[in-house]
Amino acid sequence: MRKCRRCTKPATLHITEIRDGQVQALHLCESCAQDYLSNVDVGETVEEEDVAFGTQADEDVDEVFEGADDLKCENCGITFKQFRSQGRLGCPNDYIVFRERLLPLLESIHGETQHVGKCPRHTPDASRKQYELIRLRNDLRSAVESESYEDAARLRDEIQALENQLGIESGEE
Amino acid sequence: MTEESRDLDLETLTVTSGEWLRGTGPDSDIVVSSRIRLARNLAQFPFPPQADDSTRMEIEQVLRRRVESLSCTGQLGYISVDSLDQLDRQFLVERQLISREHAETHGPRGVGIGSQENVSVMINEEDHLRIQVLRSGYSLDDCWNDINQIDDALEEHVTYAFSEEFGYLTSCPTNCGTGIRASVMLHLPALVLTKEIQKVFQALQKISLAVRGLYGEGSQAMGDFYQISNQVTLGQSEEQIISKLKEVVPNIIAYERRVRKALVKENRQRLHDQVSRAFGILQSAQTITSEETMHLLSSVRMGINLGLVEGIEIPTVNELFIHTQPAHLQKLRHEMLESAERNVARAAYLRQRLARQEPHEN
Repeated sequence: MRKCRRCTKPATLHITEIRDGQVQALHLCESCAQDYLSNVDVGETVEEEDVAFGTQADEDVDEVFEGADDLKCENCGITFKQFRSQGRLGCPNDYIVFRERLLPLLESIHGETQHVGKCPRHTPDASRKQYELIRLRNDLRSAVESESYEDAARLRDEIQALENQLGIESGEE
Repeated sequence: MTEESRDLDLETLTVTSGEWLRGTGPDSDIVVSSRIRLARNLAQFPFPPQADDSTRMEIEQVLRRRVESLSCTGQLGYISVDSLDQLDRQFLVERQLISREHAETHGPRGVGIGSQENVSVMINEEDHLRIQVLRSGYSLDDCWNDINQIDDALEEHVTYAFSEEFGYLTSCPTNCGTGIRASVMLHLPALVLTKEIQKVFQALQKISLAVRGLYGEGSQAMGDFYQISNQVTLGQSEEQIISKLKEVVPNIIAYERRVRKALVKENRQRLHDQVSRAFGILQSAQTITSEETMHLLSSVRMGINLGLVEGIEIPTVNELFIHTQPAHLQKLRHEMLESAERNVARAAYLRQRLARQEPHEN
């Protein structure tokens, strides 16, 4: 079990704060948490507490994400480092690529890592196949930018074929 | 870009108000409104923050078509938020129809709005879809039934990004799983007055429920309004999340009522005086800030519920909270106003609305 960041008691409260897109995890024992929460007003952050906790919380995040920075999603092009700095993922496929790094984060945010509840009628499998479209469209864009028109034409056909296969609507009329 | 239908005319909204302000529904003396929103994304596109403008435009086209052909909601009017000026975007924020983030971000994006303003569907906010259902009073179950239907109807024609492990996949991992945010807007003037509200905050945070101000994340608690919502979205079903709120909210309602009763018992005259003065200032001020207006309206709202004020109804007060805000005031006056001018216009508007015992028009 984690120890409280302020004293040596076991941490029973796990607070995740998102400020300016930065995700910060904070682990506190019951009494330190009381103290911390009583100083946090609704809708605003307490500046002094921010400073005091900033470095410790950062260390905590580093501990979780160590060595993961260069990991990159080939579909949308985002790296784990970028996710860390902007606090937003790039595409659904990131949940697969960054899975190992996301698990501790999800655990600390939600206390759970397995979905229960509503499921869409389309199978998750159909969902996953469509992530491929994100990669193909990205490749198409770079092909057009670098004026590799043969590649572009091929990619356009592939996108069309996959869209047809999956029976989804494109944005074009 | 193809325009299949004309955008909704924003001017029509300036003279009306949302159904959720009508001040009816269970426990509406304290619970102003109940709201549920769902975050959804299409599987075949990057999330909006990572998408370039041409991709966002494509997402908007695909989803606008879906949103406009929804039948379970009645026809939704569509507004391209990107083409609105800053005042109009602010207007929609004040109206609770779009988020501040949706107003401030860039690129192709929009919102579909139901004629009663109970439903709004944002396209290309932080997620491709942010579906929202808003109801007057304490009615989370009705919100859930409505939004669940809308979600099903939208999903018939698109494939959502979903994994069996992490549920509905969202741009921010704080929303994945159910993608649900269920909240109730509570008016808690007595708990604020007696500073008992801090105890409520602490108790809520302990069971990972969030407390926010009138306009959501990061907003100040204006007019003693507080939004209580779930924070956890993964690992609990929609029903469990809503049940948890439903276990807690009645306690807060009872607490507020208890403290109100105690205030009346302790010193009815002082409370009556305070409420009457608040009403008097609102009826006669020549210049008034938004902050003071919210504060005084809050007093009057409690006064009505305690039978200390006559000649004004709850729906009117609810509406005034929204209509006296900066963008609304400027839209009503059809002109841009500086802060000092707004204070004068606000006072004039309040004097006019509160002058006589007229039933409020809607």
